[in-house]
Amino acid sequence: MKKIFKTLSNRYIVFMPVLLVLVVAQVETYSQLTTSGTFGAAVRLAIPILLAGLGGLYSEKTGVVNIGLEGMMIMGTWFGAWGGYTFGAWQGVFIGMLGGALFGLIHAIATVSFQVDHIVSGVAINILAAGVARFLNVIAFKDVQYASSTASPRIQGDIEIFTMPFLAGGKIGESETFNLLGTIENLDIFLLSDISAFFLGFLSNISYLTLFALALVPVSVLVLWFTPLGLQMRSVGEYPAGSESLGVNVYLMKYIGVTISGALAGLAGSYLVVAGTGTYLEGQTGGRGFIGLASMLFGNYKPFGVLMGSGLFGFADALQLRSPQAVHGLLIVISIFLLILTFKTFFEKKYKVSILSFLFSAAFLLWFMNSTSIPNQFVYFTPHITTLIVLSFANQRIKLPEKIGVPYKKGEIN
Amino acid sequence: MKMRFRVISLSAPIIALTISFGLSSLILLVIGKDPYETFRIMFEYGSTGKSIVSIINRSIPLYISAIAVAVGFKMGLFNIGVEGQYLMGTLVAAYIGAQFSIVTPIHILFIIIVAVVVSSMWAAIAGYLKVEKGIHEVISTIMLNYIGTGLIAYSLTTLFDEPNSNYDLPRTAELPETGKMPSLNKFFNIEDLQDLHGFLAVAILVGILYYWLVWKTTLGFDLRITGSNPIAAKFSGINPKRLVVIAMIVSGAFAGLVGLAPLLGYFHRYTIDFPTGLGFAGIGVALLGRNHPFGMAVGALLFAFLQRSAQILDLNDVPKEIEKMMQAFILLIVVVFYEVIRRFIVKQQIKDASKRTDE
Repeated sequence: MKKIFKTLSNRYIVFMPVLLVLVVAQVETYSQLTTSGTFGAAVRLAIPILLAGLGGLYSEKTGVVNIGLEGMMIMGTWFGAWGGYTFGAWQGVFIGMLGGALFGLIHAIATVSFQVDHIVSGVAINILAAGVARFLNVIAFKDVQYASSTASPRIQGDIEIFTMPFLAGGKIGESETFNLLGTIENLDIFLLSDISAFFLGFLSNISYLTLFALALVPVSVLVLWFTPLGLQMRSVGEYPAGSESLGVNVYLMKYIGVTISGALAGLAGSYLVVAGTGTYLEGQTGGRGFIGLASMLFGNYKPFGVLMGSGLFGFADALQLRSPQAVHGLLIVISIFLLILTFKTFFEKKYKVSILSFLFSAAFLLWFMNSTSIPNQFVYFTPHITTLIVLSFANQRIKLPEKIGVPYKKGEIN
Repeated sequence: MKMRFRVISLSAPIIALTISFGLSSLILLVIGKDPYETFRIMFEYGSTGKSIVSIINRSIPLYISAIAVAVGFKMGLFNIGVEGQYLMGTLVAAYIGAQFSIVTPIHILFIIIVAVVVSSMWAAIAGYLKVEKGIHEVISTIMLNYIGTGLIAYSLTTLFDEPNSNYDLPRTAELPETGKMPSLNKFFNIEDLQDLHGFLAVAILVGILYYWLVWKTTLGFDLRITGSNPIAAKFSGINPKRLVVIAMIVSGAFAGLVGLAPLLGYFHRYTIDFPTGLGFAGIGVALLGRNHPFGMAVGALLFAFLQRSAQILDLNDVPKEIEKMMQAFILLIVVVFYEVIRRFIVKQQIKDASKRTDE
């Protein structure tokens, strides 16, 4: 019991906001904060970030920084749309993965074989991907109806959707089943309804592709921590010269890591197309590759951590899409949270921080009182500002792979 | 001896250019176009008088943007946020500059100062986040780009929108005559062509300023030493945290100038269709020019040439997007070959040194 209390108070940064959101969500205007619809949207929006984050994980565990995730994701969106248009939805997903993997391979060639600075190569990959996607789109869909230089035609078919029977009211055969969680959600009981809404979001109207993506989280744990291959990959990120001396093929491991990383980023991109818009649109990734990277940092290089981080960003994204009023409710959440922080830092005798958070708290309160909604343009960058805020609270205890970003050349000790 | 290495390191961009042209030709062949004919048309169109003025005009913001990026690169700091920084600076400068009217030089100087201050403050946020919160500058500057875009969209429609305008889209009021930069056409005696931006002079000054700052001042020395050996830099008494913030501010200050060439020379106001993407293009130019003031100038002119000369391609039924591919190819291949040649030179130097000790 004491232990639970201790973790709770250590992780107040995570739990306090959750609790505050729950309380604010009881007010009618802000009830959208915790409906199953919002959570469902959050899941859909979190998946690309999750996949990008997992992609970053595979690459960075082998010691290669992958800023090029965004570019690989762009390739995923285009190849996903092309494959989806030519062959069908699932084929599109696969082809999108291949497109991402190809760019992962290019990143691997540049950083591993030629020891180019990882960030320089990543930046170049991002620029290359944007150019290639644009060019391919112009070439491939030149005379196709509903296509332009920045958009592809709609893909064929869809990914099937799944709803859990009994818990979320899915069908068995033709007959309807009882919707347990939905019923509880509609009862409006504090906490209980919100929790069932949360699970309902995961269990109803969920694409099989989403389930596949979620399954990759435990699979990644398995691969990276419980297989010889995973051990070799991680060892290469920690101490390449030592791994080399034990007979590990360092270059091969890095190649595998970065290519898997590209494939996952490609999957993230094709998810945006196949399970989202149905077409490729230029600029569709909107920095999600970088947010994925941020969720990896937030998750402290652990797959389930990445899941949590991407869930958070997906939630922020879902709010901005579904209900700008609900985002307005977040203002009071931030204000109260900062007030709590004010007291906490005051008792810890960090007066400067205390005064600062008090001022910000007051400012947010004023903003909350004097407005009824947040301007659309502000709502648009909710996920990005969430990224910065979350990272600035979470970043101190990150355990990076020892030799991250250090180019390794065979036979050199570094 | 040193001369030899200089010549060798020059070969990297040449190899990269050759390979990129080869790759692009291959792609053109695949889509059924004649590469020779395509490049001939591009060159022919790109070398007309009008095109040359346009190329120089396009290269000015590219060059300044490259310099902004290069200041960070010199110490191993990746300011990917030049994009957001210059847009923020330009918007505020366009708004404030349109509020009053004084003699031209002072007016323009004032606009420049406003843009520089706003951009460097925006960049400083990323510096602060890196130093105090340990957020990598690549992530923070990218996020700040998106936040900046949102803030610009908001303030352009509310705060900075031209009052009583019957124009549909939001835009700032036009700069008064005194706030417009005169063109250089009279100076070069080319009055039959379109305006050659007067900001060219500023761009050249910025190049010189950059050279002086990085190679002739203590700050520049600190930047370079931190970039090439952070540990040695720390032992020599450089405060890396302070330096990160300063470098970010200086980089942002240069970024502030990026949008001013189009603003003062052509648009005279901030509108929705104000050119974007110059910040990202600058990263490519800086990589291509290896952060050298002269190399970046050549890189900026090259990219501007490709952009301009590709405009003719659509008329010849070749997708002009091939130019974007070419730029990207050049970039990726050049970073690979710089590294290959750097390693080659280091090897040679070691060999030379051991030869000398043997003697």
